[in-house]
Amino acid sequence: MQQRSRRAFLSLAGTAAVGAVAAACGSNTGRPGDPPPSTAMSAGAPTTSQAPKVTLQQWYHAYGEDGVQEAVKNYAASYPGAKVNVVWNPGDYDSKIVTALQNSPVPDVFEAQVKIDWVRQNQVVSLDDIIGPVKNDFSPAVLAAQTVEGKVYGIPQATDTQVLFYRKSMLQAAGVQPPQTVDELIDAASKLSKDGVKGLFAGNDGGVGTLTGPLLWSAGLDYLKNNNREVGFDDPRSAAAFSKLHTLNTNGSLLLGAPADWSDPGAFVDGLCAMQWTGLWNVPKVRDALNDDFGVLPFPKLDDSGKPSVPVGAYGAMVNAKSAHVNEAKAFVKWLWIDQTDSQLEFATRYGFHVPARQSLIDKAQTLQTGPAADVVKFVKENSHLIGGPVWTQTSNTALSDAVAKIAKEGADPVAQTKAAVTVAQSELKRLFG
Amino acid sequence: MKLSRKTRDTLAFWGFVGPFLLGLAIFAYVPIGWSLYLSFFDARNTVTPSVFVGLDNYAHMLSDGPFVASLGTFSVFAVFIVPLTFVLSLALAVGVNQLRFAKAFFRSVFFLPFACSYVVASLIWKTSLFSGVRYGLANTVLGVFGIDPVAWTGTVHPPLYWIVLVTARLWLQLGFYMILFLAALQRIPQHLYEAAWLDGAKPGWQVFRHITLPQLRATSVAVLLLNLINAYQAFDEFYNIMGDSRGYPPFARPPLVYLYYTSLGSGGQDLGRGSAGAIILALLIAVVTLLQGKLFRFDRSAS
Repeated sequence: MQQRSRRAFLSLAGTAAVGAVAAACGSNTGRPGDPPPSTAMSAGAPTTSQAPKVTLQQWYHAYGEDGVQEAVKNYAASYPGAKVNVVWNPGDYDSKIVTALQNSPVPDVFEAQVKIDWVRQNQVVSLDDIIGPVKNDFSPAVLAAQTVEGKVYGIPQATDTQVLFYRKSMLQAAGVQPPQTVDELIDAASKLSKDGVKGLFAGNDGGVGTLTGPLLWSAGLDYLKNNNREVGFDDPRSAAAFSKLHTLNTNGSLLLGAPADWSDPGAFVDGLCAMQWTGLWNVPKVRDALNDDFGVLPFPKLDDSGKPSVPVGAYGAMVNAKSAHVNEAKAFVKWLWIDQTDSQLEFATRYGFHVPARQSLIDKAQTLQTGPAADVVKFVKENSHLIGGPVWTQTSNTALSDAVAKIAKEGADPVAQTKAAVTVAQSELKRLFG
Repeated sequence: MKLSRKTRDTLAFWGFVGPFLLGLAIFAYVPIGWSLYLSFFDARNTVTPSVFVGLDNYAHMLSDGPFVASLGTFSVFAVFIVPLTFVLSLALAVGVNQLRFAKAFFRSVFFLPFACSYVVASLIWKTSLFSGVRYGLANTVLGVFGIDPVAWTGTVHPPLYWIVLVTARLWLQLGFYMILFLAALQRIPQHLYEAAWLDGAKPGWQVFRHITLPQLRATSVAVLLLNLINAYQAFDEFYNIMGDSRGYPPFARPPLVYLYYTSLGSGGQDLGRGSAGAIILALLIAVVTLLQGKLFRFDRSAS
């Protein structure tokens, strides 16, 4: 997601606090030295009134949307059970977290997607006991992103997804129907490429980074299967799906070398392409630029044995196993990401375009009830898949994306390349599970 | 108590050298030693590993397709880029040196890119000069001749991305090597040229070949060495032109970029294998450097 340095919008800081909590807390501004609000808590927070409150360090990556930072600081400030310091981390957050988890008691609470190696090294704690009662409220793919060997290590915060945006007027002018299969997509992309406009933009790498997963799912396959114990694309159909990307890359219908990459709506709203694979988070910008002249689609199916798909990802709130206050940290996570449903809804939908992680909140999200956003919610409910997942390692991922890049760009033999990636992924699984 | 002169000297020595050495030890020597240690262990997501695996990491990296392929690619890259940089920077230096006026101006103009951030230059190359859309600079020029926009970084047949990478690298580095050559050119005593002229040497190629080049020997060897090490240590402009947050394509992938993803990728940090790869790369650079030193018989008497 796009990151930019953000100014603190003080005007928002006062208003972003959640109504219910703010009302209960009176004038708690979250400044050090404020008397703690004495609210009766149902969150299992430590209620020993004599014990001094512990201080928890909570890390977020730098969200691109204005207002999020103030909002999460307000959530933290209104927590009665402990003092929570919110740390905003611009830059390469994922690497920073992995480094911190190796031997630091800080942060106590952070957002991430769990990796099996963290669990193997005992760097994070299981949150099964706090998610238990509401576990079924989270969509399966989003929950899978936080689950290793049956245990949940993160409480999903908000769901991000990617879809195919298309310009209705351009499709009409070219007499093209919204594509329902991968072949129709290729056909549409080539028909739409004319007069300096390209048919499709799926990233400057020719779709290798963004479309690998959707292509697998289009063929009814996946990265891993059988409870993450088996490679999911050891099948001739995966090679067939990847070779479609080669067709797209060689028939001149892909936009390549755009100044802003796939995650930014620039190429689409500037009319450089008729269709773009990008994130739900861009709906507001696209709507501002094009009004109603756009629609959204899931990635189409390869053929009748496959299915359309959208990828989902969600940072989950996690607790550092080396934290000096594991129980207090868990209590805070439970309070914010399980109990405070109003905050969760606001966090997902007020500042940018994300789908709430919990099914019960999706129906309450005003912004997601109409138009393309409502379509996306439907795709997420029906066709969502997880990209890679906790057991999908860096080694496997490099092997697969190298294979897909060589197939798509160089026209390398799809079967042999896919087989090579399968072999690497198998050896990784052997290392992890024996 | 009166300190002896020797003690005072020793104290002064450590007083001046100590802090620097301490910094070097903490930020360079200890990490290098640690890296060597990690390379013999199964170190995933930890810098305090417990599972000793001997030479397994080395064996894996040397049998690892992508890593070996990147070493091969960058050996070819070195063979190509080192002579090219050498010839171009020397030509620039000789050209600037012969200017009758505005010498300082041109020296600065050619040197300035070296002061530019690699990241900034890479982004300018990627998003404006060689962007794949019709209003990229290169494509605008082609458009004048009625040629369709070219996807510079996205075309593999032929590998046009090398044009982007190599021009960025040359633009960033030529000025630095040019300054080295300029300094060396200005140190060549004038009387050598006068003597050559008296002996009837033709100005131009003959003088350049028999007077200038031999006098530049020491600088030439240094430039070649720096260049070679630089080629194997390529990272910045490659990473910023070809890579993105999700990864790096298997084309023109420098060994360091591959090691970066292996050791620090967000999909899991394999510090054992990454360290082994780093040690292999360091040894390779050392061997190639020594070979080159032998080849050019680097001795100070030549200067």
